[in-house]
Amino acid sequence: MARALKDIKIKPRIRIEEKDGISFAVSCRHCHEPLCVKGCITGALTKKENGVITIDRDKCIGCYTCILCCPYGAVSPSEDGAIQKCELCIKTAGGTPKCVDGCPNGAIVFEERGE
Amino acid sequence: MKYVIIGNSAAAVGAVEAIRKNDREGSIVIISSESHHTYSRPLISYLLLGKTDENRMKYRGDSFYSDNNCEFLPGRTATKIDPEKKMVMLNDGSYVSYDKLLIATGSSPFIPPVKGLDKVRNKFTFTTLDDARKLESVLEEGMKVLILGAGLIGLKCAEGISKKKVKTVCVDLATRVLSSILDEEGSGIIKEHLEKNNMRFCLGRQVARFSEDIAILDDETEIPFDVLVIAVGVRPNISLLKDIGGRTNRGIIIDERCRTSIPDIYAAGDCCESYDASSGEMKVMALLPNAYMQGECAGMNMSGADYVFDRAIPMNAIGLFGKHIITAGVYTGEVYKDVDGENYKKLFYSNNRLNGFILIGNIEKAGIYTSLIREGTPLDSIDFELICRMPGLMAFSKEERASRLGGMVRDSIAG
Repeated sequence: MARALKDIKIKPRIRIEEKDGISFAVSCRHCHEPLCVKGCITGALTKKENGVITIDRDKCIGCYTCILCCPYGAVSPSEDGAIQKCELCIKTAGGTPKCVDGCPNGAIVFEERGE
Repeated sequence: MKYVIIGNSAAAVGAVEAIRKNDREGSIVIISSESHHTYSRPLISYLLLGKTDENRMKYRGDSFYSDNNCEFLPGRTATKIDPEKKMVMLNDGSYVSYDKLLIATGSSPFIPPVKGLDKVRNKFTFTTLDDARKLESVLEEGMKVLILGAGLIGLKCAEGISKKKVKTVCVDLATRVLSSILDEEGSGIIKEHLEKNNMRFCLGRQVARFSEDIAILDDETEIPFDVLVIAVGVRPNISLLKDIGGRTNRGIIIDERCRTSIPDIYAAGDCCESYDASSGEMKVMALLPNAYMQGECAGMNMSGADYVFDRAIPMNAIGLFGKHIITAGVYTGEVYKDVDGENYKKLFYSNNRLNGFILIGNIEKAGIYTSLIREGTPLDSIDFELICRMPGLMAFSKEERASRLGGMVRDSIAG
């Protein structure tokens, strides 16, 4: 795996935090009261009716106000100037987010929870 | 219920979206001096840069007014409020009556009284779409542009017009750039970066007088220019409320429910002065996220909910010629500093609380710092040494992490 990724920069939309043998994944929580959406200066970030917070990459100008606002650190810059974050990839990944599918330890789950 | 909103930007949109959560039936009238569909004012510099266009600048989609069943009155200015009859007079002689009124009038550029300014032909302000279009229409390659003001508006303007290959000089009475959001060292870093991008500065100076197209500074330096941009600051538009005896200071004073001192009149956004959770003072915090959230708060209360917004803090995210800056709060107390190549970080803390921070360059996960200020998180409840080095959720206790990331639900299922 490490060899396959040699010289390839990856910009994951899910971040792993690690320290002293503890590790956990952080991705967008799709908050009920999303500070990133409320703070977005362009209107590029919206909460869809299905609850998913999505980015209109065409509108986003990369001001990073959402990075300033997100209490989880779940929004990050991307290569092309717009921001990126987990958008749940359920459409492209056949119903289950890829990270959930691919986690060998079953440590990431996809389920509805209260806030 | 008749809702009337004076203004058509972030605070107004926040109010409309909140009102419609509670009340699908009541009428909403939006009065706007500008004749444009709601758009994002901070994007005007990106418009000049060619990074956006008028269509993508729309803050909400084309069907926003119809989707939310709003009556939109573009190109109309509210001139007077009659709080007894509950009416708003407009500049065309008509009036609109209200049950609940929101003042979201924003701010206007301050024009300093400088001798000879009235004789300057090509002079502009830079806060609206029309301002940007007018400025753009006169700019030609190689022109000399003088910008008064090295704050957020002046510098974003400088970046915007850089695409036209103009020569820009910036004059400010402050001795450093972005003095309202950076400390001295941070200002130095940004100034150097701007100079590398062909900007020139005369700081600690002001224009004593204009002689047609020459600015003469207080030290008698002469700066010839083709175009003048005035960006020395903005003033909240408070007159509608002040004229009827409402409580105002620099801005319209609002409480944590975005109420003014006059019954059934609310205010939100850049025209307001409100509680700053980072300093405990009343402040004008003219920035878009606060405008939206104040508008939302006003809208909730106008439509019958009991909603409090008391977490506003000064905060900014700004990019200039590829360098990003994120700041929040106030810069008082002890200092944690980390300078690593292009990256600059300062955290300010006292009495077990984070008061403010400045990040230049590496701005990743800045919102975790913002949340510590906004929530007033006791620093002894987290691994402060770790979070100073690197913002992350690892610094929180296991219980707090579990609650933030939703693990409590799973634990209870498993248990």
